Amino acid sequence: MSEHTAYTEGPKVPARGERETLLEIDGLSKSFGTVHANKDISLRVDRGEIVALLGENGAGKSTLVKQIFGLMTPDSGTIRIKGDTARIKDPKDAIRRGIGMVHQHFQLVPVMTVAENLMLGHESTKGGVLDLEGARQMVRELSARHKLSVDPDAEVEDLPVGTQQRVEILKALSRQVDLLILDEPTAVLTPQETDELLGVMRELASGGTSIVFITHKLREVLAAADRCYVLRQGEVVGGVDDLTHTTTSDLASMMVGRDVVLRIDKAEATPGDTVLSIKGLKVKDDRGLPAVDGFDLDVRAGEIVGLAGVEGNGQRELVESIAGMRPSVAGSVHLGSKDITKSNARDTNNAGVGHVPEDREKHGLVGGYSIADNLVLNRYDEEPFAKGFIRDFGAVRNHAVTLREEFDIRSPNVEAPAGSLSGGNKQKVVVAREMSAKPQLLMAAQPTRGVDVGSIEFIHRRIVDARDAGAAVLLVSAELDEILSLSDRIAVIHDGRVVAELPGKGADRTEIGRLMAGDSDAGSDSHSPSH
Amino acid sequence: MQWVQHNKIWAGAAALILIGAYAFYFVNSNIAVSMFSYAWFLAVPLVLGAMVGVMGERSGVVNIGIEGQMLVGAFAGFFAAAATQSVVIGVIAGALSGIAMGAFLAFSTVVGQLDQIIAGVVINIVATGITSFYFESGKTIPRGLPNFDVPLLSDIPLIGPVFFSDGPIALFALIIAFTLHFMLFKTRWGLRTRAVGEYPSAADTAGINVVALRLFNVTVAGTLAGLAGTYLSMEATSTFERNMSSGRGFLALAILIFGAWRPLRALAAALFFGFMQSLASQLQASDVVNIPQQFINLLPYVLTLVVLAAAAGRVRAPGAVGQPFVKGD
Repeated sequence: MSEHTAYTEGPKVPARGERETLLEIDGLSKSFGTVHANKDISLRVDRGEIVALLGENGAGKSTLVKQIFGLMTPDSGTIRIKGDTARIKDPKDAIRRGIGMVHQHFQLVPVMTVAENLMLGHESTKGGVLDLEGARQMVRELSARHKLSVDPDAEVEDLPVGTQQRVEILKALSRQVDLLILDEPTAVLTPQETDELLGVMRELASGGTSIVFITHKLREVLAAADRCYVLRQGEVVGGVDDLTHTTTSDLASMMVGRDVVLRIDKAEATPGDTVLSIKGLKVKDDRGLPAVDGFDLDVRAGEIVGLAGVEGNGQRELVESIAGMRPSVAGSVHLGSKDITKSNARDTNNAGVGHVPEDREKHGLVGGYSIADNLVLNRYDEEPFAKGFIRDFGAVRNHAVTLREEFDIRSPNVEAPAGSLSGGNKQKVVVAREMSAKPQLLMAAQPTRGVDVGSIEFIHRRIVDARDAGAAVLLVSAELDEILSLSDRIAVIHDGRVVAELPGKGADRTEIGRLMAGDSDAGSDSHSPSH
Repeated sequence: MQWVQHNKIWAGAAALILIGAYAFYFVNSNIAVSMFSYAWFLAVPLVLGAMVGVMGERSGVVNIGIEGQMLVGAFAGFFAAAATQSVVIGVIAGALSGIAMGAFLAFSTVVGQLDQIIAGVVINIVATGITSFYFESGKTIPRGLPNFDVPLLSDIPLIGPVFFSDGPIALFALIIAFTLHFMLFKTRWGLRTRAVGEYPSAADTAGINVVALRLFNVTVAGTLAGLAGTYLSMEATSTFERNMSSGRGFLALAILIFGAWRPLRALAAALFFGFMQSLASQLQASDVVNIPQQFINLLPYVLTLVVLAAAAGRVRAPGAVGQPFVKGD
């Protein structure tokens, strides 16, 4: 770790007065229920600079920029735009004050043309009739000036995503923006499109537009940003004022943080037979690009293997593929001697795989069902919860009452809908269900994301208990602390492949950070910004 | 004529129908005029009903309460006219009752986030209940709304007597269909309405007040439903009967779909349905074919069903129709 990336409250403030300060955020906080999405955030953006907000999913980046754009209101703290601290009432107000935003999910009307989308909200009319010719002209001028070619008469739904994003950027630029916010602009782009976009960003910045861009890809930060802030669990945990001498591994270490390590007492692992065996697995992501690319890993009974990696390196696709939620294109997955490569989710589950999914709201629970029903989602049709095709509600209830006690699920009763629980308690329901089935393999993806500290400790304890009971555990987490405190063995994933395996005991976080950033980058400055 | 180039099929169909209608007119002008007049007479409430649907659904709010809104309009118009012995007050009352019904749907679904289908069902049930409960037989109004000739236009052969020698609400329906079509595709209100109905968060982030626009559209659309009802009780007839809307509101929804949520296409669809019904009664009266009457009465419905089924795969509803808008999602 180089000495210029000190963990301070934020980046050192450079000499004032060189450039106009466009945006200044001071002590901003925002909570949803008991979860602090943003906690005492302070940052600054000057005219004509590109500032990256770096952090894992759920670190609070999107929440932060939504407040700048007037889509959410902060609980406390101030947002100062060009010296004006007036509350940003809504997007209209934000636009009026020179803020433009390109959303992660494009905000374009699919059935309308590019010109119509650009004029929406600030339409010019001639005698009450929309001036479509004027809008077309505006599109042509803007695309010529910013070298972003689009056809003004094309319907948005017919355009490829990369072009749609160009339309989004043009839309923001059509409103005279001083500050352009890009929320994960590269998430849907191919590498070529990404390079193109980074070029456009630099072009805009040299023209005096300030840019805030959100990403969790380290390379992009170094390639495009002047400065960066690192967010973790809603807080600014660090920042870099001068990225010229920073490497991706420095950034990776900052992203995964160095909080108080949650220590957990556990006995030495006594690994038994190999339970999970993955060989040469290849899986594609939603765009059809390779996400898991020749992945090999064995997990044995009675051990916890932690899979560490910067998010977006194929972890999600890997877990979904093992769980039977996503087809693989090559390779094999064996559970003991059973081939589960092609098994669907239910068969995989019945074969003995417990899965605590990353997105518990979407894949872990049925929010409208009761806690009791959610606790038997994987076994509702089996004895003793059903006799023949008749469900036995008494057995379901008793089961729920026992698990509620055992897993400390805080709810008025077991009939309450699972959707009404807090994040931590929802997760306990999922963990309780998956563990009570006594799986051979427990696969936990981001098991403590968005979960309060008390529940984190409890869930960690339970994962260790499952190991001690003889289960093989595959833990996938973006939190390095979680990996370090729980794992008996650590595998590092980068670009869809295991790049290193090391023992959990005495593992060095700097070393892992370096590996997470990809071996080839380590210690090199070849990705420094070119400006 | 850019429109003709972009809509060759529709332009062709329109030209064919027009030629056919005039050929018929020159063969037997009396029967032609009476058949087309009757078709338009039947189509008027459907056109108005479909326009209610256009305004609501284009901005993202389903309105299955058109039927009930119409019924209340018919009731309020008739009994206000009967009580005051003034047809003008009757029409105003009919329109105002429509606004009230529209406002109920608007505020319950857009502000209260009540399910739009449920809100529509509530309107239909309440409308039936109120109009039956407060119904009094034996009331009369001084006269129905009179027909009048529009100068010059009423002299056009066939089109003149069919469309321009009618009562005021029928003429209004014709005008509103053209006006709404123009407004929807050529004005700022129209662009915003379509954006809000297709992708409300895009409109929101572009600085458009989604909630206000939906409230406005659904409430104002209620006026048209009220007038459609008033047409039934004060222009087409001069009497109010229980359940006098008799399914026209639902038929208007079918016409809205067949018309692909476009006002002029919906106007054409309503005329098509009216003509089928007119044809059925003509066949029945002239005894030209020897088919049991019940089957002939089925004709317009069967044809509507066939046409709807054929259109179903090809038309697309506004993207956000039926979904409540939650800010900041």
